[in-house]
Amino acid sequence: MFKLSNLSYANQRKLIILAFSFIPVILLVTFAYLPVVNMFKYSFTSWNGYSKNMEYVGLKNYINIFTKPEYFSVFKVSLYYFVATFFQMGLALYFATILSFKVRFKNFFKGVLFFPYMLNGVAIGFIFLFFFRPDGTFDTLLNALGLGKNITLWLGNPDVINISLASASVWRYMGFNFIIFLGAISSIDKDIYEAADIDGANKWHQFKHIIIPSIKRIVQLNLILAISGAISAFDIPYIMVDGANGSKTFVIQTIDMAFKYGKFGLASAMAVVLLFIVIIVTLLQRLVIKEDN
Amino acid sequence: MFTLKKSVASAIKYISLIVGSLVAIVPILVVFFASFKTKEEYATTSPITPPADFTNISNYVTAFIDGNMLIGFMNTFIILIISIVGATLTGSMIAFILSRFKFRGKKLLMGAFLLATLIPSVTTQVATFQIINALDLMNTRWAAIVLYLGTDIIAVYIFLQFLDTISQALDESAMLDGASYFTIYWRIILPLLMPAIVTVIIVKGVNIYNDFYTPFLYMPKTDLQVISTALFKFKGPYGSQWEVISAGIMIAIIPTLIIFMSLQKYIYNGLTNGSVK
Repeated sequence: MFKLSNLSYANQRKLIILAFSFIPVILLVTFAYLPVVNMFKYSFTSWNGYSKNMEYVGLKNYINIFTKPEYFSVFKVSLYYFVATFFQMGLALYFATILSFKVRFKNFFKGVLFFPYMLNGVAIGFIFLFFFRPDGTFDTLLNALGLGKNITLWLGNPDVINISLASASVWRYMGFNFIIFLGAISSIDKDIYEAADIDGANKWHQFKHIIIPSIKRIVQLNLILAISGAISAFDIPYIMVDGANGSKTFVIQTIDMAFKYGKFGLASAMAVVLLFIVIIVTLLQRLVIKEDN
Repeated sequence: MFTLKKSVASAIKYISLIVGSLVAIVPILVVFFASFKTKEEYATTSPITPPADFTNISNYVTAFIDGNMLIGFMNTFIILIISIVGATLTGSMIAFILSRFKFRGKKLLMGAFLLATLIPSVTTQVATFQIINALDLMNTRWAAIVLYLGTDIIAVYIFLQFLDTISQALDESAMLDGASYFTIYWRIILPLLMPAIVTVIIVKGVNIYNDFYTPFLYMPKTDLQVISTALFKFKGPYGSQWEVISAGIMIAIIPTLIIFMSLQKYIYNGLTNGSVK
């Protein structure tokens, strides 16, 4: 009978390297690299997704994206999500800082602030659809606070819809930044605070001179991730309003182009643009962090 | 004066924590309330009023049966188990050879996995769709499973990180006893990797359970719907029956709540390990 242990270790090594990398490499090539190659190929065609022949159209798709305002305007929507990220990070940093010192019911607060991040995306979409609907939770709360005159159609008014949706997004992802910051802050040596206390530094000084410098790298990382996050926003605007009333994001636009209108060539070109933005942002992030070291 | 300042600071601290918690809880709480209300009660009471009767579970029954939530849970469960077992095995296998052996192409392999992290799967979906189609996986559970398996590189990182802390002397002493490399992986490395495996299971499990995109795009068939897509379907027929939709939302959330309550510690560790390093 064949037994692995009868082989020499040198042969075993070859066998195990081949056997153990076979499936992961196949998966990697099929679902990570092949799509990228195909996407570039499609992006120079006017393919509709199913016909046999793909007509080569050169750079036409790319020119369309950058010259027609209906394609380019989706980037404006990203700005809302981008700005929202700053609020999200600020809140996360604030809560992480106070919860890393002595606080009553610490674990309760930690759990509650983090929990939204664990929730199902569709459930969150519905929760906020319920929250923002006319005479819904938000309107009721505003009335109770005497702010009823500010009520508008939170998801129907194109001027505010992206603010509403971006707030839902902050609600969803704040807990993630919070837990990451909390982890980073808790790894700071406790003795430093004691030394600072003796020197008479107050909490604000400690935050500014101890906490911020120690977690600077993670703050930078999160900030730059925020750009790619803002550009690839999808779940919340799609589930809640299907990109209606001026809330279409780049990803919704791409998916619509491909699967609703059968413009695979154009959709691929859009995806290539999206990919490039994300790669540039990632490279930028590596550069910034490297320089910092 | 000093103590006054201190107690003001302390008050601000607690007020902000309470406000933060309310903002996190209230949107879920009102859905919880609505899920117990009768149709008339829902129409006549304000969203922030608790239901008259917390034992009225008729909305849950409607949501669970008419919304086909049972199929959703079953499909989610099947996909979760296969994807997680698969990702743990393939991830730990590739990490094992990368951390233990020197071989030609090792740098290339490592680089290939690294580079792939740069490609967000959401950007390549249009082309991935064609591949799934060509492989005839469209409208099968395997579409989701292979995608969850294939795009996972985070697991490899977590395992590699952890393997560095397992001494190579262990492997060597096993080799003196005549153990094959496979035995070393299966009997020594895999059990020692347990903490890393828990991390991978949690991070992956949360992602898969909450994912909407993949099942929505690749498994539109009704009997293949998962929790996310089953819930999404409530939007059509129950568009105005918020008491039923609310019950559906709660049904999707309850498993998460239970797992979160019981595994809190591991979840915190898992997420910080997985994303910071």
